[in-house]
Amino acid sequence: MRLIPKQIETLWTLFTAPVVWAAHFLVCYIGAAVYCAKPELVGLSFNAVRAGIAAVTVIALSLIALSAWLAWRQWGFGTDDPPHDDPTRRDRTLFQGLATLLLSGLSFIAVIFTAMPALFLTECIR
Amino acid sequence: MGQYFSLSAASFLLASGYARARSALEPAGEEAQQIAGLFWVMLSGGALMWLGVVGLLLHSALFNRRRLAEKSASRIILWGGVVFPSVMLCVLLAYALWLMPGLRPFAQASSAALRIEITGRQFWWEVVYHPSQGPPVVSANEIRLPVGERVELTLKSADVIHSFWIPPLGGKMDMIPGRTNRLSLKATKPGVFRGPCAEYCGTSHALMAFSAVAMEPEAFRSWLAAQAIPAASAGASGSALFLRHGCGSCHFVAGTDARGMIGPDLSHIGSRVTVGAGILPNTEDAIARFIARPELIKPGSSMPAFDMLPPDDIRAITAWLRGLR
Repeated sequence: MRLIPKQIETLWTLFTAPVVWAAHFLVCYIGAAVYCAKPELVGLSFNAVRAGIAAVTVIALSLIALSAWLAWRQWGFGTDDPPHDDPTRRDRTLFQGLATLLLSGLSFIAVIFTAMPALFLTECIR
Repeated sequence: MGQYFSLSAASFLLASGYARARSALEPAGEEAQQIAGLFWVMLSGGALMWLGVVGLLLHSALFNRRRLAEKSASRIILWGGVVFPSVMLCVLLAYALWLMPGLRPFAQASSAALRIEITGRQFWWEVVYHPSQGPPVVSANEIRLPVGERVELTLKSADVIHSFWIPPLGGKMDMIPGRTNRLSLKATKPGVFRGPCAEYCGTSHALMAFSAVAMEPEAFRSWLAAQAIPAASAGASGSALFLRHGCGSCHFVAGTDARGMIGPDLSHIGSRVTVGAGILPNTEDAIARFIARPELIKPGSSMPAFDMLPPDDIRAITAWLRGLR
């Protein structure tokens, strides 16, 4: 079994990082909202919620880093320069690789920003 | 006519220094101090980034037009376009988040010795003081609070969504029908501030305001004690006219038979800074105009016009109300 997926040509890889960002956002916000509305139902301390957010953040960042690495590979490890606008299969692949890499960078920062409140908020009401 | 009233209200507000007393950038409270600090830090951070970007743009367009090598151009884009803004935004966000726990409206509310319950109504504010000792004190359209002491405000609405805001003292908080929201404020400087309704609530939304008076604690306590005692003297001619013309079916005046609960409590209207929910100076003329044609001053208000009353009666009622201090 391969650890790193082999290179395939599909548009889905382009969305991987933003999808991870969206999922991370929903897990953090819905999780905190459910916990703060019904803490007795969940039965955890707020610090456990913060630890949970830290854990999903590490997982999300790892997935995005993996997506970025795959994109970097698809982009030929930066050996070719943009704009990749020739009507060829090669340029299409390189363009998609670069776009995926940039989206991964954006999603990486966004995931950090989403998780930052958990560093500072120590309980539901403050 | 309506314009005349709004103009006179505006000139009154300017003349009384209200224009200065409504700015969030001249804080007179702990929360507002932090919000003003946040504003200046965000502004400085944003200005620094803007100056950096525009400076680089001008530099490359006007002064240094030689082409850069691809490698150094990429480096500039990476550091100037990606790393610098990301780190800067991260620092600004961290600062804002770090401020949040202290700014949350519930913060330290339990340590408050005084609770004030405020109910938003179209288009005025019902105010009930609940001191830790003694009976509740009812007022309207004016909030007084002691300097240096934390006050807990419980905010409600009787009709539509309003929003409570005293910019020089702290952040705003919505008043939502069926909910009780809490806000905790601590004034640090004495003064008279203006609080607007900060959520559109109907025709006279822009004319729904109140005065917030931060007083020295001793002065506040004696004021509150005085408010608990009826100011109205029985047998005054204004009092009899007030009741005879039906004003008491909507307004409450302590010490009289006026027990209405629909309009603002007028028990101590003479001691308030403004009348008409923060829009008119507290003068006999302003009160008389409001009684005669309230819809000109406050379109959409529930109070009917009383311009059919003899002018002498309006004058007598007005003089009596002004005396309720």
